Amino acid sequence: MKKQKDTLMVASLKDAVGGAVIALLMALVMVGMKVDVASGRGAELFIEDRWAAVAMAVAIVFVGRFVLNLFYWKKEDTEKPRLGSLLPSVSSFSGLGRFATPVLLALAVILPFLLMYWLGSRGSRQYIDLAILVLTYVMLGWGLNIVVGLAGLLDLGYVAFYAVGAYSYALLAHYFGFSFWLCLPLAGILAAFWGIILGFPVLRLRGDYLAIVTLAFGEIIRVVLLNWYEFTGGPDGLSGIPRPSFFGLEFTRGEGGFADFFGLKYSSIHRIIFLYYLILIMALVTNIVTNRLRRLPIGRAWEALREDEIACRSLGINTTNTKLTAFALGAMFGGFAGSFFATRQGFISPESFTFMESAVILAIVVLGGLGSQVGVVIASVVMIGGFEFFREFEEYRMLVFGLLMVVIMVWKPRGLISSRTPSIALSKNAKGISADLVQEGTG
Amino acid sequence: MDYFLQQLINGVTLGSIYGLIAIGYTMVYGIIGMINFAHGDIFMVGAFVALILIVTLGLSAATPVFLLIFALILVLVLAMALTAVWGWTVERVAYRPLRGSFRLAPLITAIGASITLQNFVQISQGARNKPLQPLISGGFQLTDGGPDGTGFVVQLSYMQIIIIVTTIALMAGFTFLINKTSLGRSQRACEQDRKMAALLGVNVDRTISLTFVMGAALAAVAGLMFLLYYGVIDFFIGFLAGVKAFTAAVLGGIGSLPGAMLGGLLIGLIETFWSGYFSVEYKDVAAFSILAIVLIFMPEGLLGKPEVEKV
Repeated sequence: MKKQKDTLMVASLKDAVGGAVIALLMALVMVGMKVDVASGRGAELFIEDRWAAVAMAVAIVFVGRFVLNLFYWKKEDTEKPRLGSLLPSVSSFSGLGRFATPVLLALAVILPFLLMYWLGSRGSRQYIDLAILVLTYVMLGWGLNIVVGLAGLLDLGYVAFYAVGAYSYALLAHYFGFSFWLCLPLAGILAAFWGIILGFPVLRLRGDYLAIVTLAFGEIIRVVLLNWYEFTGGPDGLSGIPRPSFFGLEFTRGEGGFADFFGLKYSSIHRIIFLYYLILIMALVTNIVTNRLRRLPIGRAWEALREDEIACRSLGINTTNTKLTAFALGAMFGGFAGSFFATRQGFISPESFTFMESAVILAIVVLGGLGSQVGVVIASVVMIGGFEFFREFEEYRMLVFGLLMVVIMVWKPRGLISSRTPSIALSKNAKGISADLVQEGTG
Repeated sequence: MDYFLQQLINGVTLGSIYGLIAIGYTMVYGIIGMINFAHGDIFMVGAFVALILIVTLGLSAATPVFLLIFALILVLVLAMALTAVWGWTVERVAYRPLRGSFRLAPLITAIGASITLQNFVQISQGARNKPLQPLISGGFQLTDGGPDGTGFVVQLSYMQIIIIVTTIALMAGFTFLINKTSLGRSQRACEQDRKMAALLGVNVDRTISLTFVMGAALAAVAGLMFLLYYGVIDFFIGFLAGVKAFTAAVLGGIGSLPGAMLGGLLIGLIETFWSGYFSVEYKDVAAFSILAIVLIFMPEGLLGKPEVEKV
C-alpha cells in the first residue's frame, strides 16, 4: 500500500515537473520578455523583463498538475488525464430543456418591467440594452443553429449574412428612404438570396472545406464593404439610420409621438423597451419557424443529412437542395437580425462584422449544444452577459472567451445541452437521448 | 517586362513564406483530417519569439556580417524550438482530448485556441505594432533602368535570396524526413489508416504530436522570415497569413507536401501580381476567390489525391 502511494507521488511529481518545464519554455520568452517601442528614442525596440510573472506561471502549472495528478487523475490510467473527470458530470442538464423553456419565456416577457420596477427607468436602461444584445445573439444563434445544428454544415462566415441584412436596411433607407418595416423582409430576402448564391457552388464540398470557403466569403464581404467607399461609406460606415416606428408612431417627444398618442409622459426608455420586444418577437419567430420546420420533411431531411450524408443520398434525398434551404433560411434569419442591429445602433461600419463575430455566434451554438434551442439561450446569456459583466477587464475578456471555448469543448464535446429529441416518434413518451449515443457521419 | 520581373521576384518571396506555413496545415490535415485553425497564430508566436530574441541579442544592421549570420542562425534554431513547444502544447491541450470525438469539436477548440493565442500575445506583448529596423539590406540590381536611367530598376535583395534559399533547403530537408526516416514512415502510415498503424505498433499519439511540432517549427521559420522581410509585426498577423496559407495548402492539394509549396508560390504570385497590376485593396479578395474557385472546380487541388468517399 505504501509503495503504491509512493509511486503515485513520484509519478505526480514527475508529471508536474514535466508540465512546469513546458510552461517555463513557453513563458520564458513570450511572458518573461516584453518587447516594446522605446518612446523618445526613435523606433528603437527594447526588452522589458518580467521574470516574476514567469515564475508565477510555472508555479501555477507545477502545483496545478501536481494536485490534479494526486487527487483527480489517480484512478484513471495516468497516460490520459482528461479534463472531463475534473468537473462534475452534468447529464442532468439534458432534462433541463423542458422545464426551463416556459420559465425563461415568462422571464423574458416581464423582464423590462421587472427591471423598471427595481431600478427605475434610468437605472434599468443599460440592463435592457444588455438584454437586447443577448437576444440579438440568441436570434443569430438560432439562425445559425439551422445551418450548423440541424443540417450539420459548418458555417464560419455567418456574420456575412448579418452584414448583408444590416447594410441592406441601411443602404435602402439611405438611398430610397425606405422604412424599417419595409426593409425588414427585404433584408431577410436579400440575405437568403446571398445564401443561395454562395451556397449553390460550395455546398458540394465536405465539412471542413465548406467552413473555410464560408470564412473566405465572410472576409470578402467585409473587405468589399470596407473598400467600396462611394457606396457603403467604407471604414466610416453609415450613420443616421432611421429608427423603427410603432405602427407609424415615432418615438419622439411632442405631438404625434408614441408617448403623446398613449397619453404617457415622454421617456427615452420607451424606445428601448420597444426594441426589446421587437427583438424578442423576432427571436421567437425564428424559434417557432425552426421548430415547425423540424417536423416537416425538409427538417427531417436536414437532421438526416447531419447524421449521415451518404445514407441520405442513397435514400433519394436531394442533398444539394436540402443543404441550400438550410443555408438560405439560416442566412435569412441572419439578415433579419442584421437589419435589427442596424436600426438599433443607428450606425454601422464593417468593424461590426469581423470574423470574431462569426466565431462568437458559432461558439454560442456549439457550446450550447448543437441543435438545442434552449442551449443557445443559455450559452448567449452566459457568454454575452458574462462578457458585459466583465467589461472592466476588457483586455482579458477575449482571452477568457477563447479559453472557455477550449475548456467547455474538452469537457463536454457535445455542448452543454446535448440531448437529441426525436423529431417524430410513434409513442408520446419518446425521450431524448444523449448525443454521445449518436454516431455523426463525416459526409 | 522589368516591372513584371520585379513582381515575379516579390511574389516568389511571399509565396515561400506562405508555403512554409502551408506545410503545417497540410501535414496536420493529412494526418488527422482537421484544420488546425491555430496554426496561423503559431506563426505569429514564432515571429514574436524571433523578434524578442533578436532584440535580446542586440542585433542591428551595424553588427559585423559573419556575426550577424551566426546570430540569425541561432535565433532561427531557438525560435523553432520554442515555437515548437507552443505547437505541441496546443495539440496536447486542445486537440488530443477530443480525438475520436465528433468532427466539429476539434475545429471549435482550434478556433478557441486561435483566439486565446491572439489575445494572450496582445496582453503579454502589447497591441502596438513592433517595427524592427532592417538587419539585412542591399541586394543586386538586375537591370540598371535603361540608358537614360529612367526605366524600372529590378532589385533582388539579399533578404529575398535568403528567404528563397532557406525555404528550398527546408523543403529538401522535410521531403527527406517524410520519405526516408522512420518518423516519416509512421507519419505516412497514420495518414493512410490510423487504427491500422496503431495495431502495427506505431505510436500514433507521439507521431501526431511530432507532426504538430514540425509544423510549428516551420511556422517559426516563416515568422522569422516575415519579420525580417516586412520589418513590422503585430499580434494579428496570424489570421490573414493563416487563411492564405490554408488556401495555399488546399490549392496545392491538401496532404501533399510539394503541393503546399506549389500552392504557396501560386498564392504569393497571384497576390503580388494582383496588387501590382490591379488594386492593392482587393488583394485579399483575390486570394479568397481563388480558394473558392479551386475548391469548387478542383476539390482535390493541384497535386492532391482524389478522395474516395466510403460508408
